[in-house]
Order: sequence, then C-alpha cells, then structure tokens
Amino acid sequence: MEGFGPRIMFYIGDIVISETVVVTWVIMAMLIIGAWLLTRNFEKIPKGAQNVVEVLVDTINNFTTETMGEKNRVFAPYIGTIFLFLTVGNLIGLLGLRPPTSDVNTTFALSMLTFVIIHYNSIKYSSLGGYVKGYFEPFPVLFPMNVLGDLATPISLSFRLFGNVTGGLIVMSLLYQALASFSSMIGLKTIPVLQAVIPVVFHVYFDMFSGILQSFIFVMLSMVFIGDATGD
Amino acid sequence: MDLVTAKAIVLGASALGAGIGMIAGLGPGIGQGYAAGKGTEAVGRQPEAQADITRTMLLGQAVAETTGIYSLVIALILIFANPLIGLL
Repeated sequence: MEGFGPRIMFYIGDIVISETVVVTWVIMAMLIIGAWLLTRNFEKIPKGAQNVVEVLVDTINNFTTETMGEKNRVFAPYIGTIFLFLTVGNLIGLLGLRPPTSDVNTTFALSMLTFVIIHYNSIKYSSLGGYVKGYFEPFPVLFPMNVLGDLATPISLSFRLFGNVTGGLIVMSLLYQALASFSSMIGLKTIPVLQAVIPVVFHVYFDMFSGILQSFIFVMLSMVFIGDATGD
Repeated sequence: MDLVTAKAIVLGASALGAGIGMIAGLGPGIGQGYAAGKGTEAVGRQPEAQADITRTMLLGQAVAETTGIYSLVIALILIFANPLIGLL
C-alpha cells in the first residue's frame, strides 16, 4: 500500500537519498546561513538582529541552567542546537515540505545522541562501579527491569516525536484529499478551491502548536534525563 | 469465491487490529485531562507559579502520552508497513 512514507528523491551510487535527507539538508543550509548572516558583524552595543540572537542564546542558557543546574551549562549548546533543528524541522511543513521528524530515522538518531550522552555522563559522574551498581538497585532481582527501563528511554523519546508529527501529517494529507474530492463534487475538479482557506486552522494546530510543543518536550525530556545522569 | 484469499484475510484482520489497537488512545486522553485539571487547580491556588506549573504539566502529559503513541505506531505499522503479509 502506497502510504505517507518519504519519497525517494535520487540515488548516489547504491545509497538511497530520501525526501527526509533532502529536507534535512535544506534545514541545515537555512540554519548555517542564518547563523552566519546573524553573527557576522557583532558589536559591543547590540542593535537590530544582534538583539534577537542575544535574547535567543540567553533564553536557551537560562532555560538549561534552570532545568539542569548551574554546573550543566555545558549542555546548553547541544540543547539549543537540537531545539532549533526540531523547531525549524517541524515548522517546515508550513512551506509544503515534508518534516524530517516524520521519519522515525531522524527522531531515533536524535534520541540515540541523547542516550549516548546520558550513559557517558552517568559513567563519568558515578564511576563505572557506581554505574553498574545502579542497575542492581534497589534489589538485584530488578536488574532486567532497570535495563528495559533504560532501553525504553530512547524509544519512547523518538516515537513520541515521530508519532505526533506523523499523526499530524496523515491527518493533514487526508484533509487535503477530502477537500479535493469535495471540490470536484461541486464541479471544480481542475482547481480545488476548497483547499485554499480551510486547512489554515489545522496547520496552526498540527504544524505550529504541536510542532513547537513537541520540540520543546523533546528538549525538556532530554534535559531531565541528562540532568538525572549527572546526579543533579 | 477467489476474493477470500489468505492475503485478504490478513489485510482485513490487520485493519481491524489497527482500529482495535487505537482504543489505547482512551488512556492518555483520560490521563492528560486529569493532569490538565490538576494543573488548573494549582494555577487557581497559586497564580504566580503559572509558568512552572504549565511546564511541569506539559512534561507530565508528554510522558503520559507514550502509551497512546505506541499504539499509534503499531496501527501505522499494521496499515502501511504490514509485516504479516510477508509471512504468507
């Protein structure tokens, strides 16, 4: 059944380049060029765009230290990068592109990053012995449950984002198909007029509200898990 | 009677399974509503802590949503990437 999966755009050798990868490149280009343009001419007294950048960086720094404590300020760049990528990625559905977060590969890769950071810091802050011992607490019998619980973290983190964005994507494309068929019912087959205004309110919910909220939640949960691992 | 092939039965049963699986959407609905209700109560009692309460509430709701998302993923797999047809 041809569904709502990402289309295959082209091949490089044997490597399949799907729509997800191409849209991710677009987002990367947007973020890199945006960062280069905004940070080119910094001055002592900020004006114009520099104010916006400073407020953004300040907000992310404060947000990280509020949630994870002052000693974990080093994670602010990671958190900020993921937040910007996810926000732009979820909002790019408004431009008619397919959000890369509606592909489980993207979200799982991001949650694996968080997973690696969690366990690296867990070992770093509680030493290898303490880390291993943590799996046998409170009772040694609970070892399998502890392992399962740790493995469930990246899965639930990635599927939450994926499920929300994909659910929105499917509802939106079903809505567009329904509006096209309603338009052809009233005799406007070539130009589906009904698709013009009605989807706007759904885009506001599924793309803007849900997209920003889900990227916030992904970042927030990452911070909580990493903060836990650093023994905060 | 060649309409009733093994593939048709698997596809039909998968569609039913996807629909039945989405009943799991009940749980997160109730849970999130409960969290939102408690959050509203907390804001009513302590309006100055609204930002903190909203943030904690959204975080809790996102975690409560997990089971519903799992069932959504299973339903999506059953409909769009059915592994059972390959077993025929």
